[in-house]
Amino acid sequence: MPHDHDQTDGPPLAHHFDSLQQQFDSARLGMWIFLVTEILFFGGLFCAYAVYRANHPAVFVDGHHFLQTPLGAFNTCVLLLSSLTMAWSVRAAQLRRRGTLVAMLGATILCGLVFMGVKAVEYRHKWEHRLVPGQARLQYWFSDEHDPNGVEPPKEFLPDREYIREHLEAAGYTDLTDEQLDRRVANLRTFMAIYFSLTVLHALHVLIGLGVLTWLLLGATRGRWTSGHFTPVDLVGLYWHLVDLIWIYLFPLLYLIH
Amino acid sequence: MATSTADNPTRNYLNDPRGVKSWLFTRDHKRIGLMFLCLVTVAVSLGAVFALLIRTELTLPGPTVTDSPSLYNRFFTLHGAIMIFLFVLPAIPSSLGNFVLPLMLGAKDVAFPRLNLASLWLFAFGMAFFILTLALGGVDTGWTFYPPYSTGTPTAVTTAVVGAFILGFSSIFTGINFLVTIHTMRPPGMGWFRMPLFLWGLYGTAIIQILATPVLAITLLLLVVERTLGVGIFDAKLGGDPVLFQHFFWFYSHPAVYIMILPAMGIVSEVIAVFSRKHIFGYKFIAYSSLAIALLGFFVWGHHMFVSGQSPLVGMIFSALTFAVAIPSAIKVFNWVTTLYKGAIDLSPAMCFSLMFVFIFGVGGLTGLFLGSLATNIQVHDTSFVVAHFHYTMAGGTLTAFLAGLYYWWPKITGRMYGRRWGQIAAGLVFIGFNLTYFPQFVIGWQGMPRRYYDYELVTDIPFITGWQIISTVGGYLFVGGVVFAAVGLIRSLWTGARAPANPWGAATLEWQCSSPPPSGNFDQPPPVGDCYVFDDWEYDEEKGYVRVTKESEDVVST
Repeated sequence: MPHDHDQTDGPPLAHHFDSLQQQFDSARLGMWIFLVTEILFFGGLFCAYAVYRANHPAVFVDGHHFLQTPLGAFNTCVLLLSSLTMAWSVRAAQLRRRGTLVAMLGATILCGLVFMGVKAVEYRHKWEHRLVPGQARLQYWFSDEHDPNGVEPPKEFLPDREYIREHLEAAGYTDLTDEQLDRRVANLRTFMAIYFSLTVLHALHVLIGLGVLTWLLLGATRGRWTSGHFTPVDLVGLYWHLVDLIWIYLFPLLYLIH
Repeated sequence: MATSTADNPTRNYLNDPRGVKSWLFTRDHKRIGLMFLCLVTVAVSLGAVFALLIRTELTLPGPTVTDSPSLYNRFFTLHGAIMIFLFVLPAIPSSLGNFVLPLMLGAKDVAFPRLNLASLWLFAFGMAFFILTLALGGVDTGWTFYPPYSTGTPTAVTTAVVGAFILGFSSIFTGINFLVTIHTMRPPGMGWFRMPLFLWGLYGTAIIQILATPVLAITLLLLVVERTLGVGIFDAKLGGDPVLFQHFFWFYSHPAVYIMILPAMGIVSEVIAVFSRKHIFGYKFIAYSSLAIALLGFFVWGHHMFVSGQSPLVGMIFSALTFAVAIPSAIKVFNWVTTLYKGAIDLSPAMCFSLMFVFIFGVGGLTGLFLGSLATNIQVHDTSFVVAHFHYTMAGGTLTAFLAGLYYWWPKITGRMYGRRWGQIAAGLVFIGFNLTYFPQFVIGWQGMPRRYYDYELVTDIPFITGWQIISTVGGYLFVGGVVFAAVGLIRSLWTGARAPANPWGAATLEWQCSSPPPSGNFDQPPPVGDCYVFDDWEYDEEKGYVRVTKESEDVVST
C-alpha cells in the first residue's frame, strides 16, 4: 500500500506510469477536467437563473429583500480568506513545511466551518418564516395532521404571508392588495427555489471539501504530503478554489441584485 | 516483443489472479471492460424484450398484447430508457473502449484505474435502480422525462431518474479517464496524428461525456427535487418553465447521440482498413471530422424542439447547424468507401457488420435531413418516421458497429476464434431483419402513423398500414433473432473455438502485439510504434496468425 512508502522518497509511482512527471500531469489534467464538469453542473442552474432573470426581473427585485446581505458579505470574506490559506497550504506542502501545512489546512477547515455556520443561521431564518421550497410538504408529511390522501398541505404550512407583507412594506411596497401580495408570494417562491437550489448545491460542495480537507489534515500531521508527494494537496486546492469562485458569483447574483 | 508471454499463454488477465474478489476489486482495464460487456449485454436483452412487446402490440390495429394504454407507455419508456442509458451510451466506450484503449497505446492501464472501477460500480448501481424501477411497476413518461407530466405521474419516475443520474456519473468518470489517458499516455513516437482512429472516436466521445453529462445531471437532480419537494424550476404550476427542461435535456441528449455514434465510427474506421488491407483513406479528415461532429453536436439541440414553442429565428439557426453536421458525417462515409476501393476485401463477420453500418448509417443520416428541415419536420414530427430515423442511426448504427467491434476484438478478449460462417449468417439476418423492421416505419410515418400509439385504429386509412406493421413486426423478430444468433455463435466459440493467435487479422495497431488474451500487465516491454495502417509488414502464417516479416533489422535496433 502507498502508506508504507519511504517518507523521504517522494510519491509512489503507480505501475502503469512511466515517470513521476507523467503521473503528476495526468492527475492535474484529470482534476482540471473534473472542475470543467463541475462548472457545467452549476452551469445548468446559472442558466436557469439567467432565463428567469431575463423573463421575470421582478422575481429577483422582490426576492433579494429577503436575504441577509451582511451575512452573505461576511461569508464571502470568510471564503476569500480560506482561498488564501488553501493556496498557502499548497505552497507549504511543496516546500515540505509540515507545521505550516497543518496550520493552514486547519485554518481552511475553520473558515469552511464558519461559512457553514453562517449559512445555517440564514437557512434557519428562512425556515422559521416557511420560505424554504418544499418545506410545506416536508412539515406536513411529518405532522400529526398528515392525510395520506390529501394532495396539498393546508394553509398553516404555507409561507408566512404576514411576514412577507411586513417585509415588503419595510422595503417600500405599502398598501399591497391581497391579489398583489399573492403574486409577490408566488414570485418569492420561484426566487427561493433558485436561491436554495444554488446555495444548497454549493453548500454540499463545501461539505465535501471539508471532508477531503480533514483527510488531508490527518495525513499532514503524519507528514504524508511534505515528503515530495504534494499532489493531493494541490488537487484539493484546485477544487476548493472552484468552490470559492462559485460563491463569488453567487453572492452578487443573489444578494446584491436590484 | 512480447514473446515470453506469447510462449506462455496459460497465464492471462482472465485467470491471473483468480477469485471473485479479484474481479470485483480489480483495477485492470481489461477486466473492467469485460464486466461492462456483460452488464450491457444483460441490458440489451432486457431492452429487446420490451422492443418485441412494442412490436407485437403494433402488429394489428386494436389491442394485441395489452388493452391498457398506460402499460404500453411503460413498454416504450422502459425500452427507450434501458436501451439509451444502459446500452447504446456505454456499450462501445465503457466495454470495448475500456478494453482496447490502453492496449492501443501500448500502455499498461488507463490513467486512473481506481476511477475506472468506480465507473463500473456506479454503472452497476445505476442499473440496480433501473431494475428497482421495473419492480415498482415501471415508468410511463417516455425516456425523455418531460415535465410537467413527469412531476405528476404516480409511476416510479424518481427511481428511474436517480438511476440515470448515477449512470451519468459513470459516463463522466469514463470520459475523464479516456481524455487524460489519451493526452498523457501516448507512447513515444505516437503523435496525435499517428493514433488509431478508434482513439480519435473515443477522444471526441470523452469530450462530449465531460461537457454534456453534467448538464443532464443537474437537470435530473432538479426534476427529482421538483417531484419530491415541489421546488418549482420546470413545472409551470409551481412557477417554472417546462421548455427550459427541454432545452437542458436536449443540451445533453443531442450531444449524447454522438457519444453513441463517434466510437462506432471509430470501430468502422479500424475494421474497414484492416479487412481491405489498405491504408485508411483520408486519415486526417476522419480524425478532424470526429472532433467537428463532437463540437457541432453541442449547437443543434434545438432541432428536437421545433414544435415546442421556439422562436422561428432560433428554429432556422438550429436547422442550418443541423445540416452542417451532415458534412463531417459524409466526409467519413466517403473516406470509408474510398478505402474500400481496390482493396483486398475480406468479408469476415466484423467487415460485414461494418459495411452494414455504412449503409444503415447512410440511410439514417439522410433521413435526418428531412427532420432537420423546418417544414418537413412539422409533417413528420412525432410520427414513426422519427422512430425509424433514430433507430437507423442508434440501433442500426451503434449496434452493428458494436457487433463489428465485438467480432473484431473477440479473439483478443477471449483468446478464441469464432466460427466465421456463424458470424456471416448473423450479419445477414440482422441486415434483413433490421431493414424489414424500420423501413416500413418510414413509409407509414410519412403518411401519418403517430409514434407512441398502442392502437392505430384511427389511422387505418393509410394504405396498406396493417401490412406494413406486420412486415415490421416480422422484421423485428428476425432482427432480434439475428443478434441472438450472433451471440450464440460467439459464446459457442469459448468452448469450440480454436486458440486465437496474437494477431489473427494482420492489423497494425498495438493491441495485436500482445498475446490473445493479453497478460495482466499487457506488454512486457513497450511495443514498437509504427504506422497503424500499414499492413505490408504482416504476413499470414498457418500456426501463428499474422507475423511481422520485414523491418527485422529495425527491430533489433529498437530492442
